[in-house]
Amino acid sequence: MYSEKVVDYFMNPRNAGKLEDANAIGEVGNPKCGDVMKIYLKINDNEIIEDIKFETFGCAAAIATSSMITEMVKGKTISEALKINNKDVAEALGGLPPAKLHCSLLAQEGIEAAVADYFIRKTGKAPEGFKSPHSTCSACGGSCGGGAAPVHEEEEEKFVSEDHRVAE
Amino acid sequence: MTMTPRKVYLDNSATTKVDSKVLEAMLPYFSEEYGNPNSLHAWGREARKGVDHARAQVAQLIGADPKEIIFTGGGSEADNLAIKGAAWALKDKGKHIITSAIEHHALLDTVKWLGKNGYEYTILPVDETGLVDPKELEAAIRPDTILASIMFANNEIGTIQPVAELGEVCRRHGVLFHTDGVQATGHVKIDMKELPIDMMTMAAHKMYGPKGVGALYVRKGIKLIPVIHGGGQEFGVRSGTENTPGLIGFGMAAELAANRLVNGEIDNEIRLRDKLIDGLIERIPEITLTGHRTKRLPYHASICVKYVEGEGMLLLMDAAGIGVSSGSACTSGSLEPSYVLLALGLDHSTAHGSVRMTLSKDTNDEDIDYVLEKFPPIVEKLRSMSPFYKKNQ
Repeated sequence: MYSEKVVDYFMNPRNAGKLEDANAIGEVGNPKCGDVMKIYLKINDNEIIEDIKFETFGCAAAIATSSMITEMVKGKTISEALKINNKDVAEALGGLPPAKLHCSLLAQEGIEAAVADYFIRKTGKAPEGFKSPHSTCSACGGSCGGGAAPVHEEEEEKFVSEDHRVAE
Repeated sequence: MTMTPRKVYLDNSATTKVDSKVLEAMLPYFSEEYGNPNSLHAWGREARKGVDHARAQVAQLIGADPKEIIFTGGGSEADNLAIKGAAWALKDKGKHIITSAIEHHALLDTVKWLGKNGYEYTILPVDETGLVDPKELEAAIRPDTILASIMFANNEIGTIQPVAELGEVCRRHGVLFHTDGVQATGHVKIDMKELPIDMMTMAAHKMYGPKGVGALYVRKGIKLIPVIHGGGQEFGVRSGTENTPGLIGFGMAAELAANRLVNGEIDNEIRLRDKLIDGLIERIPEITLTGHRTKRLPYHASICVKYVEGEGMLLLMDAAGIGVSSGSACTSGSLEPSYVLLALGLDHSTAHGSVRMTLSKDTNDEDIDYVLEKFPPIVEKLRSMSPFYKKNQ
């Protein structure tokens, strides 16, 4: 189900843990959905990401994508880091199962949220169009709370149309 | 000398290994006694003899009459036959069905489908240990209630329901009582001469028999409309040429299970289960047992581990040679954790950390010691990465 690379980055996570001297922290996801990613950044005066760590509550794909994106953005400037999107992360991991693609989106949004925090700390507000440093994932739009399961319903529909059952 | 790494399979609620005696009993029925049990010639008669014997063995296990055993192609089919078959047979009497929130999908989805097709249903809640209250069942019964179905024991949390009391309530009100006994049959003493159960689902592969073979116990006198029409096999209720080797395997599995229930093997399984549960609770802080502590299946241990997600634990256990399962969202392909765990009143993030370990008759002390050695560091590794774990804050 998972590529070798996903398994490797899950079993041997890179940059896991807390970064004590971080100057930017972003947290995305929702424990109700089973995925929360916290990204710690240490950004220097030249806006280069000098160090990065992550803490993730989630499945193997969530841990692997966190792990991979920290490696991909380390040493990059903020603007370079923001260009890395969820597809790049999924590709770098040798692909993700369709049900797990939202994990790579969470990783991308984790970086955005942390960068937003950097600007808030520096200038008092986040640049236009940025994720808030604390936000839910856009895979479910935060609507997964409260026991409603829109994704599950969708999947059920798909299941009906893709096999030999007629719609009921 | 190289040591083969230990392999410990603790997912016996999902399926079990076919017992060697079961396999041995099945083999001749593929290429030697291959006749159709419905044929009149010698080949057919030999196969029929085998099927009859298997039916008697399964009946014996639960204190039933062989004529009360309807063989099916597995537990899900037996659930469908019980619910749809009884609902159709009794549609002029009433159209209300009662079930519980923690039933298997084979049951819940069948009831919900009937709900879209002219029937009504009530889904009973469970308490925090997964028990259905017989008083709530009684309160839900209406004049048009025809059928209630409450599982004997739950697959995810191991809780054994008070089926005697639940069945008694139904009997008093003239309501048919079905129970999904897939997880319990062969592992818990069941005697239909004493229990007020009208129908019970069984599956061979949960008791060291082959997959794709099940049965529905149907108490004498109860009429069902078939789900599969055809040649009229299985007393007219389930057509289709009998899966002779499969049924032979089920029969042998039932006979072996009946022996285990009386010779003390089950008591040893309970001891090992408790050693596992107590050992985990002792070694890992902030974990909770799900389901009932004592009213639970002899082979079933299920826990929720705070601050981590189930799939990660499952995969790291797998890498250590231990097979377990989880009811977390990530293992189900949706964002919702198991509806069974939520029905207990657990919050979402706790339910995401569920792990189920289900023992077999062959699990031994060394296996449990191995799990108790390997599991705590796995939890610690994942917790060290979790933003919610207190030590990290």
